[in-house]
Amino acid sequence: MSVLLRCEGITKRYTNVVALDNLDLTVESGKIIGLLGPNGSGKTTLIKLINGLLQANSGSITVCGNKPGVESKKVVSYLPDNNFLNSWMTVEQIVNMFADFYEDFRKDLAYEMLSRLAIEPTCKLKTLSKGNKEKVSLILVMSRNARLYVLDEPIAGVDPATRDYIISTIINNYNPEASVIISTHLISDIEEVLDEVIFIKQGRLVLQKSVDEIREENGKSVDALFREVFKW
Amino acid sequence: MSWKLDKNRPVCPQITEQICVKIASGEYGAGEKLPSVREVAVAAGVNPNTVQKSFEQLEQSGVIYSVRGSGNFVSDDITIAKQSANEIITNKTANYIEEMRNLGLDKEQILKYVEELIK
Repeated sequence: MSVLLRCEGITKRYTNVVALDNLDLTVESGKIIGLLGPNGSGKTTLIKLINGLLQANSGSITVCGNKPGVESKKVVSYLPDNNFLNSWMTVEQIVNMFADFYEDFRKDLAYEMLSRLAIEPTCKLKTLSKGNKEKVSLILVMSRNARLYVLDEPIAGVDPATRDYIISTIINNYNPEASVIISTHLISDIEEVLDEVIFIKQGRLVLQKSVDEIREENGKSVDALFREVFKW
Repeated sequence: MSWKLDKNRPVCPQITEQICVKIASGEYGAGEKLPSVREVAVAAGVNPNTVQKSFEQLEQSGVIYSVRGSGNFVSDDITIAKQSANEIITNKTANYIEEMRNLGLDKEQILKYVEELIK
């Protein structure tokens, strides 16, 4: 088991707000991790820092030993929380673009998932429904042979049957060399798939524990514990 | 039989128990090859590491054995699996009886309900 992600003392401030407050986090390989926290707790900020889209005010982040940048992007497959694809392109063109961009992209896997979810590759992205656009994004991200998958809200916009398919895709893709970080609010749908959960509250890490430990110690699901910890 | 998981209990012991039940009920016969860790994980919708841990526990207690490179197999002697399935069944029955007693039923009434509905 090796360390894929190491965050040490990260603080990120936006003008008047502290989004992340001296956060430490280590993620080892071979794990599926849930990044959980209420709205505005800093989940997306953390994810953007990992992907080099934001710069921390202080602290350090390394992904497989590299600072976020060209080298880290080769091994991190990132699903943003909003649409990042050109809507005038066809699904096929986007698949080709990804195959050009990333050495570890597996076209065969992408086409297999597209056909399984009945998405026609010749369609332009803008003709697809919101849910189908999200499926395309996720398929692209999961079709890479990355070390670290960072999925920001991957299941929120899709129907329950597709959710099940996505979850089984994540399980099927499991690889002891890689890890998956999933940020989500839909805890009860996904908690059994997770090794570990990370609770973030107001930019601080409040808990990093295995799902079974949480259930053992509290006699309740992670979802129930979340509702308790973050009760208003 | 599908995998039914209680959200309030740790996943690992539940997978271990249910594999024992599947062996005791004959769904997985003595000496038979078990589905892979990945297959169980996908079917049950749980983490592959958790299933791996269950398999290791089952191997330690002698319920299954693993053969390097070819997977996991049910032991020829399924006594331990049967014992542990028996424990689960006893617990579930005891829970049911307690619930019925809490509803104010006595032994005769509980048996009457079971008798009527079991057909």
